[in-house]
Amino acid sequence: MYLGRVTGRVVATQRYPGIEGVPLQWVQPLDEDGEPMGAMLVACDVVGSGPGDLVHFVDGREAALACPTTFVPVDATIIGYVEQAAHADGRMIGRGN
Amino acid sequence: MFIADVVGTVVAPVQIPVLFGQKLLLLRPLTPRGKRTGKTRIGIDRAQAGVGDRVLVIDEGNSARSVLGDPKGAVKTVVIGVIDYVEGQGELWYDHRRPTGDKR
Repeated sequence: MYLGRVTGRVVATQRYPGIEGVPLQWVQPLDEDGEPMGAMLVACDVVGSGPGDLVHFVDGREAALACPTTFVPVDATIIGYVEQAAHADGRMIGRGN
Repeated sequence: MFIADVVGTVVAPVQIPVLFGQKLLLLRPLTPRGKRTGKTRIGIDRAQAGVGDRVLVIDEGNSARSVLGDPKGAVKTVVIGVIDYVEGQGELWYDHRRPTGDKR
């Protein structure tokens, strides 16, 4: 499971059966300093997040388990909406920064 | 499994039901000698770990689901132990038993 920020959305009308109606979001994974970590990816969203939100997402087989239909071709799903990530030295990664 | 430093906590008010009530930790994966490696992860704490601890982490779904007791849970990363010390090649690479500030 990783920390990330939603940077945009992806709209796809033609979908594989089972993932119709699940929103797709662009996610930029973040490291513990809140800095971008690796490439952006497209993730399914089951918590109703939107661009700008701090989230956590799961990848691999577990991503499909979080979807309404569990046997679907999905490799990343946003599973939580993060209010705040507190660093040991007092820094905060929040919704706005 | 790998070892990691707990560098922070994560608060998520809205999340999938399997995560309700679970403590989430920000984890920095480490090499056996304690150098930073790989991608920062968020893990579920099942070992009463806290910020500053060096911990043992599994990043695999089947194990995570069995730890949480939910066969359909979308979970993957779980903290399953707090490390006392790491030994390799006859040396002590990390020792939690040392006084604070003297950890390697």
